[in-house]
This record gives sequence, structure tokens and C-alpha cells, in this order.
Amino acid sequence: MVTRSKNFRSGLAKTRRSFFAKIAGLFRGNQITDETWEELEMLLIQADMGVDTTLELIETMREEVTRRGLKDSAQMESLLKDHLVALLEQVSRPYLPDERMLHVVLVVGVNGSGKTTTIAKLAKFHRDRGEKVLLAAADTFRAAAIDQLKVWGQRVGVDVVAHQPGADPGAVVFDAIRASQSRGIQVLLIDTAGRLHTKHNLMQELRKIKGVAQKQVHQAPHETVLVLDATTGQNALVQARKFSEEVGVTGIVLAKLDSTAKGGMVFAIAQELKLPIFFVTVGEGLDQLVVFDPRAFVEGLFEENSRRLR
Amino acid sequence: MFEALSEKIQEAFQKLARKGRLSEADVQQALREVRLALLEADVNYRVVKEFTKRVRERAVGEEVLRSLTPTQTVIKIVHEELIQLLGEPAKLDLGGTPPAALMLVGLQGSGKTTMAAKLAVYLRKQGQRPLLVAADTYRPAAVAQLETLGKQINVPVHSEGTKVAPPEICRNALRKARREGFTVLLLDTAGRLQIDEPMMAELEEIRRVINPREVLLVIDAMTGQEAVAVAEEFNRRVALTGLILTKVDGDARGGAALSIRAVTGIPIKFMGVGERPSDLEPFYPDRLASRILGMGDVLTLIERAEEAFSEEQACKMEEKLRTASFTLEDFIEQLRAIRQMGPLEELLGMIPGFQQLTKQLPAEVTERGLVVTEAIINSMTPEERRNPKIINASRKRRIARGSGTTVQQVNQLLRQFNQMQQMMKRMQKGQRGRGMGMMPWLR
Ligand SMILES: Nc1nc2c(ncn2[C@@H]2O[C@H](COP(=O)(O)OP(=O)(O)OP(=O)(O)O)[C@@H](O)[C@H]2O)c(=O)[nH]1
Ligand SMILES: [Mg+2]
Repeated sequence: MVTRSKNFRSGLAKTRRSFFAKIAGLFRGNQITDETWEELEMLLIQADMGVDTTLELIETMREEVTRRGLKDSAQMESLLKDHLVALLEQVSRPYLPDERMLHVVLVVGVNGSGKTTTIAKLAKFHRDRGEKVLLAAADTFRAAAIDQLKVWGQRVGVDVVAHQPGADPGAVVFDAIRASQSRGIQVLLIDTAGRLHTKHNLMQELRKIKGVAQKQVHQAPHETVLVLDATTGQNALVQARKFSEEVGVTGIVLAKLDSTAKGGMVFAIAQELKLPIFFVTVGEGLDQLVVFDPRAFVEGLFEENSRRLR
Repeated sequence: MFEALSEKIQEAFQKLARKGRLSEADVQQALREVRLALLEADVNYRVVKEFTKRVRERAVGEEVLRSLTPTQTVIKIVHEELIQLLGEPAKLDLGGTPPAALMLVGLQGSGKTTMAAKLAVYLRKQGQRPLLVAADTYRPAAVAQLETLGKQINVPVHSEGTKVAPPEICRNALRKARREGFTVLLLDTAGRLQIDEPMMAELEEIRRVINPREVLLVIDAMTGQEAVAVAEEFNRRVALTGLILTKVDGDARGGAALSIRAVTGIPIKFMGVGERPSDLEPFYPDRLASRILGMGDVLTLIERAEEAFSEEQACKMEEKLRTASFTLEDFIEQLRAIRQMGPLEELLGMIPGFQQLTKQLPAEVTERGLVVTEAIINSMTPEERRNPKIINASRKRRIARGSGTTVQQVNQLLRQFNQMQQMMKRMQKGQRGRGMGMMPWLR
């Protein structure tokens, strides 16, 4: 048994060495062969694009290559990239597009995806545009979540409306909206507790929070942003689906894109749920929020990790 | 077992069966399905490739080609190989002179702090005296988070704010532990990317000054293809001794754990299954293997059912089923309990083979079915519920009106209930009911 698992490992090492060589060679202008397609499949799957999206994409590409009579793989590169960019552009739209007095933004997601840090970054983003921002600490559940948001509030220089740990998050939102209205706030960002989409009662709680905002402000929340961790695999689609069903997600922030993961699951999400990606985050600092650029994102998919590794 | 995958393999073989004997190429076709299932479960591409190669060797070698039930044989081989690859559940190593230090490492947001608290509770139950150490000085309020958890579970926390360097904090904690007779030190380190050079150097430093018994990589069950690269690099820098999978209470298939185990050989030690400090489970290879293959999660279903139905209720129900004295009143009581377990769709998703089915059901059809059934029964008088035979045409019209349904719907329910009773009587006589028939109200 020991020897077998050793074999297993050395087998993998080999596959991996050839992996990087293959990516480098993929678009170098070799003849398009069966191997080219296999390499492409590997590349897309390893970027977390998922089996269905990958197979579908390869089929489309094969048809195109035949139709246009393309012979070498370099020609395939721009075809593929354009196609991927188009997928994302089809569903893209600006974040908070409408003029209004008070914008309410509800931020949701599974545990640890990066919600609170994203809110801090968004707070800075809005403040830098000269808008008056307020934060609502509606994660009253996780230990020290309120403190965490308060620290960020201080660093950005925006106020935080908070109750005691364990308080009703709906009540926090209620107060925060009241405060926003009386203080002439333009953007209210609501931090919610991380929750797995499989938890029925917690999803219900989120619906309630949303209901509170809806009642107080016309058409609120004006964005319901799902924060996805870029290192997440196929479950990201399930999360997006479930959060959308429950609270009507309007767009996505893809966090932790500074990791070596590629975040390829957003293609499946774009295709199935037509959700735009508003921002990506690329680090833990306040400035590391970037407006989503489909072209740059697609280029990133084809960058070698080994270059980023050490 | 593993019905979703079984069905696909069966299909693959069926297409081939007409040709007579299975050939090597045919097995290849079936293995394609295995391969796709594993990729869908986030098992790393390289690992899948290597894994299917191994399965192929065994499958082509002998068993499958000669087998009369090739589908089952393939599944059996896959399952066996998966379990073997996942390895035996491993215990924590607390040997040597106390205090034994356990160091938790991992990416941002993987669940280290919560896991530290869970391990503290677990170890205390084993008679240890744990000390939690707040070595994350970077994330805002990380120290406060651990302190709060420490208070909740009543385990002391060593913290020095955010101005002292983490290796220094750990060293001081070790001294304190020696001085005050703590037997286990749980180091909660900051989340970091494996490519963050200064932060990885800091981990090496902590490892050097503390010489921990265990360096545990905490990894999110939802992690995708990069899990392997992450684990390999952490392993290279700080020599991991174990793996902990978190957020297993979600519905991610958890292929990341298999990938890491396959590539690094590090044993899996625990699984986090909820947000409370008590939500910690040992690792069961067969459970994880089934989950990765998309077999559904019958065990979770059983656990939820146990939560929803009290022991007493269960006994009463069993008695009724046995004596076939099960009434519509009992039926609605059961329905209510089932609905407490969560949305029906989700519950069905845990049953093997039902995952595909629930995907095909138009959203909420089943959930709505339950609501209608409940409404109809609610509109009956207690007498009618106990003895549905008395429900004549005019009663049916009244019930339909009261529940906002039609007489047809009422008829349908009564018919189904009648079938169910017949079935119970048969079961009583030792005949077994047929699968779906057990739940006629689902149709
Ligand atoms: N590398 C990296 N880390 C990030 C990024 N955004 C957030 N993080 C880190 O990820 C961890 C979790 O972030 P939080 O913002 O607390 O996540 P959350 O979703 O609010 O977590 P819960 O409220 O506990 O569910 C923290 O350690 C953050 O510093 C990012 O873009 N890159
Ligand atoms: Mg948070």
C-alpha cells in the first residue's frame, strides 16, 4: 500500500511538469490536434470552469475551428478568449446604476468568503467618490464580527451602526436605515453573517433582513451582492443559484483573486444565472478592490500559476 | 449504491452490450463517466487522471470484462480505490512531553479560528487542558474573535494584542503553558496565501520556535482545483502532519480533500460540520467517498430525521405501522416533522439517485405538494382523519372548499392514503413494498 501511494505521487509529479509545458505550448502555433483539445480541456477544468461549461466550450470551439478552417493553435487563442469575454460581457452592467438619495447595498455569502473585508473596500470606494457612507453590522452572530467591521469603519473613516452581539439583525438594518435617512447618507452597506446556502433557517433570516430594507426604502436593497471566494470550485454555482433563489442576488464580487485560483466558475454563473460581476478583490488592503474587467479576467485565466508562485 | 454515477455507467455499458462481450475500449467509456463525476466533485484534474488510470488497470485486468454485472464491478473498484486513497482516519498526535503544540494553518477564511475552538472543546473532553493562542495579529478583530470563543467555551486564551510578532506570542504562550500546566497549545495563525513569501516565512519561524506536534492544514470543503497547489506549498514550507476539512455541513462534494491526500499523503484528521464549537466530527473515509461520488448523504438525512422525530414519536409510529392503525392524523403529524427537517427538495437531494430526479422536478412542485396535502388534511374533521371511509361526496366538497383545492385533489389524496394503508398491510404480512411506493404523496 505504501509503495502504491508513492507511485501515485510520482505519477502526479510527472503530469504536473508536463502541464506547465503544455500551457506554454498550447497557443504557440502548433497544428491543432486531438492533443490540443485535451490540453485545452485540462486548462479550463483546472481553472475551475466546471465539466459542463468546459465540454460545451470545447464543442463550440471545435465547430468554429472547422467552420473557419483554422489550422494552427495560435489562431484558436483569440477565438477562445473573445468567446469567453463575450460570455461575461453579455451579462455585465454597472453597479448601482440609478440616481437616488439613498443606495442600500446588501452583502451576502457563505462563511469566510470575504464579505466584511469587501464592505470595507466598498466603503472606501464610495467615500473616494465623495459619497457619504454608513455601515450596518448585521452580522450579530459570529464572534467579534461587529468589532471587525468597526475596526474597518475606523480605518476608512465611516460610521458603523451596531447593536449587541446576538441582537436581531433585522433591527440593526432598521436602525441603520433610519440613521441613513436622518444623516443624509448616500450609500448604506449592510454586512451580514456568513451562512451556508443549505441552512434553511439562516436563509430565511436573510430574507427577513431584506424585507426590512424593502419596507423602509423604495426598491431597496438596490444591490444584493454575493461575495464569492475565488478559490471555491463547483459549489460556487450552487451558492449563486441558491442565494439568488432566496434573496435575489443582483451581482457578484469575486474575492481573493490574488490567490492562485482562477475563479473560472463565474462563467457557469454568468451563463445560467446571468449575474454580472461588479468587482474583484485582489488582496486584504483597502485599495485592493478592482472594477471587473472581463478582458483582463480572461487573460488571467491563461497565465501560468508558476509565474505567480514564488 | 452511488446511483447517479451507477446510472451513467450502466448507460455507457448498455450502448455497448449489444456487441456482446465487453472490450477494453468499452470499459474506457465507462471510466469516462467516473472521470466526469470526480471532476464535478472538484477532485483535481491531475489526481483524476492518475486515479482513473489505476481503476482502469484493475478493471481491464480481469474483473470487469468477465463480470456479469460490469456496472457494479466498476463502481466497487472505484469505491475501494477511493477509500484506499482517502486512507484511515488518523488520530491527533499529542505524544512527547507536554505541552503538545498544535498549529492551525491555511488560506484566509478557511475556518481556522472556529476550528481551534472546536479542537479545544474536543480535547478538553479527552481530559486535556488546552490553551488557545491568538497568533493572528493581522485580520481586524481576529484576536477578539478567539477571545470571545474562549469565553463561550470556557477555555483560556493567550493573547498579546496585535503589536507583538506572532512567533513571539507563540513562544510566550509555550512558556505560559509550561508554567501553568496546560497540556495542549492550540495556535490560531492568520490566514495566508501560500505564495505570500513574508507570511510563509513567518509560519516557518513559528514552526521553528515552537516545534509543534501537529501542523494541521485547515481547508474549506468547497475549495476547487487549486487545493493541491495550496497544500503542496504549505507542506513544503511547514511540513504538514494532518488535514482538517471544514464547512462539510454544506453541499460541496469535497473532492479537494481527496486531491490533497493523494498528492501529499497527509492524513485527514477531522471534519467541521457547523458553526458551533461542538460541530466537530472524526473523518470517515467511506462517508467522504460516497459524498465525492455523489451518492447523496443518507447519513445526514438520518441524523436530521433523528433530530426532527423524538424517540417516543418514532416508537409510536412504528407500532402504528406494524398494526396498520396509521391514520391521516398520524400522517399529517409526520408531514409536519418532515417539513421541519428542511425543504423537501433538499432532503430528496440527500437520497441516492434522487439528485438527478430533483433537478428535473419543476421548482417547488414537491414542496407545494406537501403544502396542498397538509391543507386538505387540515380541513378534515378529527373524525374524518381517523376514519376516512366516512368521507362522502358532500364532505369532499366541503374539504375541497376549506382547503382551496378541488374534489379531484381530495380524491387523489384519499386514494394515495388508501394505497399506503394497503401497502402497510402487505408489509405486515412480510411482503416488501416497492421503492417509490413508500412515498405516494410525493407524486
Ligand atoms: N488574499 C486575500 N484575502 C482576503 C481578500 N478579501 C478578504 N480576505 C481575507 O479573507 C478572510 C475572511 O474575510 P472576511 O471579510 O472576514 O470574510 P467574511 O465573509 O466576512 O467572513 P464571515 O463573516 O466569517 O463569514 C480574512 O482573513 C480577510 O483578510 C482578498 O481579496 N485577498
Ligand atoms: Mg464577516
